[in-house]
Amino acid sequence: MAWKTFKWPIYHILVAALALLMLYPVFWMLFSSFKESRTIFVTADSLFPTEWIWQNYVTGWKGTSGYSFGTYILNSLTIVVIATIGAVISSSLIAFGFARLKFKGRNFWFALMMMTLMLPGDVVLVPQYIIFTKLGWVNTILPLVVPSFFGMPFFIFLMVQFIRTIPAELDEAATIDGCGKFRLYFRIILPLLKSSLATAAIFSFYWKWEDLLGPVLYLNSPEKYTVSIALKMFLDSESASNWGGMFAMSILSLVPVIAVFFAFQKQIVEGMSTSGLKG
Amino acid sequence: MSLRNHQSLRANMTGYAFISPFIVGFLAFTLIPMFISLYLSFTTYNLFTPPKWIGLGNFEKMFTGDPKYWNSIRVTFTYVLVGVPLRLIFALFVAMILNTKSRMVGTYRTMYYLPSIIGGSVAVSIMWRNIFSNDGIVNSLLSALGATPVKWFGDPNASLTMLITLSVWQFGSSMLIFLAGLKNISVEMYEASSVDGASPVRKFFSITLPLLSPIILFNLIMQTISAFMTFVPAYVISKGEGGPMDGTMLHSLYLFRQAFMFSNMGYAAAMAWVMLIMIAILTAILFLTSRYWVFYETEKGR
Repeated sequence: MAWKTFKWPIYHILVAALALLMLYPVFWMLFSSFKESRTIFVTADSLFPTEWIWQNYVTGWKGTSGYSFGTYILNSLTIVVIATIGAVISSSLIAFGFARLKFKGRNFWFALMMMTLMLPGDVVLVPQYIIFTKLGWVNTILPLVVPSFFGMPFFIFLMVQFIRTIPAELDEAATIDGCGKFRLYFRIILPLLKSSLATAAIFSFYWKWEDLLGPVLYLNSPEKYTVSIALKMFLDSESASNWGGMFAMSILSLVPVIAVFFAFQKQIVEGMSTSGLKG
Repeated sequence: MSLRNHQSLRANMTGYAFISPFIVGFLAFTLIPMFISLYLSFTTYNLFTPPKWIGLGNFEKMFTGDPKYWNSIRVTFTYVLVGVPLRLIFALFVAMILNTKSRMVGTYRTMYYLPSIIGGSVAVSIMWRNIFSNDGIVNSLLSALGATPVKWFGDPNASLTMLITLSVWQFGSSMLIFLAGLKNISVEMYEASSVDGASPVRKFFSITLPLLSPIILFNLIMQTISAFMTFVPAYVISKGEGGPMDGTMLHSLYLFRQAFMFSNMGYAAAMAWVMLIMIAILTAILFLTSRYWVFYETEKGR
């Protein structure tokens, strides 16, 4: 009987404690960003700073190679926005084709698409680099955004699954009313697809914002660098030991990620648990 | 008859029009690059002089003349074979404790998933490096517990452990997929087995695990492939060097260094193909053995 009474409180204490342990590193980084650089490691074991230093955000913002973090954030945003628009439009078109249109070879192309979903990127890394170099695209954002305009297999798969749940009677009714295939896509399916589009947009945002390999390969003048490279440079120039500034900018780089997470929490968690692939 | 042909031609053309971005993209960014990379794997190529055909030279070097390559294979397999199971076990454990009707579950789910959402970023890799630094929080904790602090950046095994811990910490997406699977298991099953007097351990092994096995397979395959491709944490934590003593030289990082730091494009292409074949074999093994351990409910009646 005693167990019955205590079962839930004990459950909550244990689960919450484990959750806090999981989040501890994030809190540690957050509070370190307010510590004075010299004291971060001396006081690594105490979470809260003795004195709150806001200055870290000012020194960190100045960046490491003559450009402020504002430039890097703007660069990252440009890439994220263009790539996301491209990915969402093209993937939804392709998904509509796979889910709603009958044509010869559909299953073949769909199977091929599912295979590319599992293809390790390293195999095409070198030749893609060579192709983009020959095209003269190095040090432009083209290699980072153009491929998105040709559909992302993960998003196509997500949207195909969703479109299949929309009743086919809708299509038939619209077709009888004289609606062409493109109008059917644009007027009927696309508005119903909103939640999938949002999920795809969110994931596209995450992958592009966090991408490091792409920018490292293709961007080589500092004024074009993204937030990821800028943070990496902080680490390389640690002789200056501006630890506080580095943590401050690390936190800043996570703000959009966490903001999007909380704004679209439900969508992300559901998108993840119904068909999630990326870890 | 001709009208019908005309109609089906039209339907085919509409279909292909819609999926044409995929076809073009597939050719341009996947298929043609794959052929190029296959060709390059038999050459030496530094991007500036034309590729020189050397037959199986790259593969020979890889298997007989490059201890660093073997080391990167060993490090990568350790990372995958230790990291992925740990990650999945932890993910399943958390999914099970969160599979209750408590009102707080949504909040907990968010808290446990958060590390994974920020996990791919450079910021988190930088943080991880600092948490494990010689005077970082992990060592403070170890000394407080009376253990000797570990030189995380001096010992190749310790630094690999650090990388694996980071990957386990980001168990969130597998956890959510497990949670969705657990919700689909009917409560009646558990109730019936309670009536039969089954212990919780028994229930776990005879109900939960078998019914969850298709999802375990899915998670196992996806996580294995993505673990083989891990790059950012190794690159950031070791500052691009793969050190100490190549302890964090994951295959992707070694490939990156060969291709873009030493301009051995042909060698890197050969490495990528060997890795692709290894992943394909591993995935095939998982699929083939799955018929012995994956249980599909619909097959019960057959």
